[in-house]
Amino acid sequence: MTNQVETPNLIDIDAAFRQANIQQFLDELDRELIGLKPVKTRIKEIAALLLIARLREEQGLATERPTLHMSFTGNPGTGKTTVALRMAKILHHLGYVRRGHLVVATRDDLVGQYVGHTAPKTKDALKRAAGGVLFIDEAYYLYRPENERDYGQEAIEMLLQAMENQRDDLVVILAGYKERMDTFFQANPGFHSRLGHHLHFPDYSLEELLEIGELMVRQQNYTFDAASQRAFREYLVLRMQQPHFSNARSVRNALDRAKLRQANRLVQQGGTISPAELCRFDESDIRQSRVFRGGLEGENSNQ
Amino acid sequence: MRITQGTFSYLPDLTDEEIKAQVQYCLDNGWPVLIEYSDDPHPRNVYWEMWGLPLFDLKDAVAVMEEIQACRRAFPNHYIRVNGYDRSLGRQTTALSFIVNRPPDEPGFLLERTEGADRQIRYTLKSYAAERPAGKRYEV
Repeated sequence: MTNQVETPNLIDIDAAFRQANIQQFLDELDRELIGLKPVKTRIKEIAALLLIARLREEQGLATERPTLHMSFTGNPGTGKTTVALRMAKILHHLGYVRRGHLVVATRDDLVGQYVGHTAPKTKDALKRAAGGVLFIDEAYYLYRPENERDYGQEAIEMLLQAMENQRDDLVVILAGYKERMDTFFQANPGFHSRLGHHLHFPDYSLEELLEIGELMVRQQNYTFDAASQRAFREYLVLRMQQPHFSNARSVRNALDRAKLRQANRLVQQGGTISPAELCRFDESDIRQSRVFRGGLEGENSNQ
Repeated sequence: MRITQGTFSYLPDLTDEEIKAQVQYCLDNGWPVLIEYSDDPHPRNVYWEMWGLPLFDLKDAVAVMEEIQACRRAFPNHYIRVNGYDRSLGRQTTALSFIVNRPPDEPGFLLERTEGADRQIRYTLKSYAAERPAGKRYEV
């Protein structure tokens, strides 16, 4: 038996990164989600953490599975569900989640209406999400302290237990408005300690919303001409000041209405049109919106 | 006498890992899984008792394994089988059905001959276990 000199085996991180094909996912994320800088940064960090954990595992180093449960806070329409879906795919790709599917649950899916109804409902949701990600929207509705006959607490207990005992099977993502989630966590400290990551989704800026609008328009095979693009910008500026603005969702709704008006315009116009006309939004399609006349409140007060 | 009903019944008992792999195969094909139990081993006993409802909308076998363990704890001495149902048009039938739990001692069957008119013999099978009432057939 000769004494063999131990040659240090060096780990090529770049190769591992390339092999795991993470960059492709991160690029897709950059392309398809506008803005959301803190979120993208955190996702990159999580990807790096999971890659290093994989490498450590391969080396036989003690690796405890990192806590992957997360909370997403932010206003409606800021991309929480979209990012949760991406997160499920990225985690699956890195091998931390077996199937990579997303199950969206709200209070209705978890809480029952009578004694004994909650446990099977919550267990059912947990079973469906096993091997994937359970996304609980408006998580604070689970907790209703003012109503002592509310069964939300039972669902919360089961979730807490599952988050701790089934960490290998399941990743839980809670989502909702920031202030209400903060209150919820204060009242249920068990959640806060089980969540590894808290991501805040900031509201989109005007420029980001315009970009999102452009992206949607392109994806749906429509086009803005110069005048309608200007009109859309003015529309957004006005709309953002009005109540109930839901960021990307409002942009999508606005585009849906513009499509309606475009369709009506084309049918009323009649005659023959070129195929490009089917795609083009005219300025009038945008300007007809009552947002330009002061929105709902403006109209009501005028009448 | 090991009853040979269902798939894999001529093989030695499947381990939990193997059962999980088979269940995952069902789920990957989109076949919901149902767990049934019975203590009547007759081959013409088609309708076994259902253990809960069919487990719809599952993607991972972990949840099914939990149910199987729960059923085994509740009925350790009954036959338990796992069924996967294929709902695609043109098939709409059980795609996979295999036994996952057996009582420790299976007494087997008696071939009963009945002589009918014209000295014709009619044959039926009778299970020795069925001599005792349901629920008390495989008491250890």
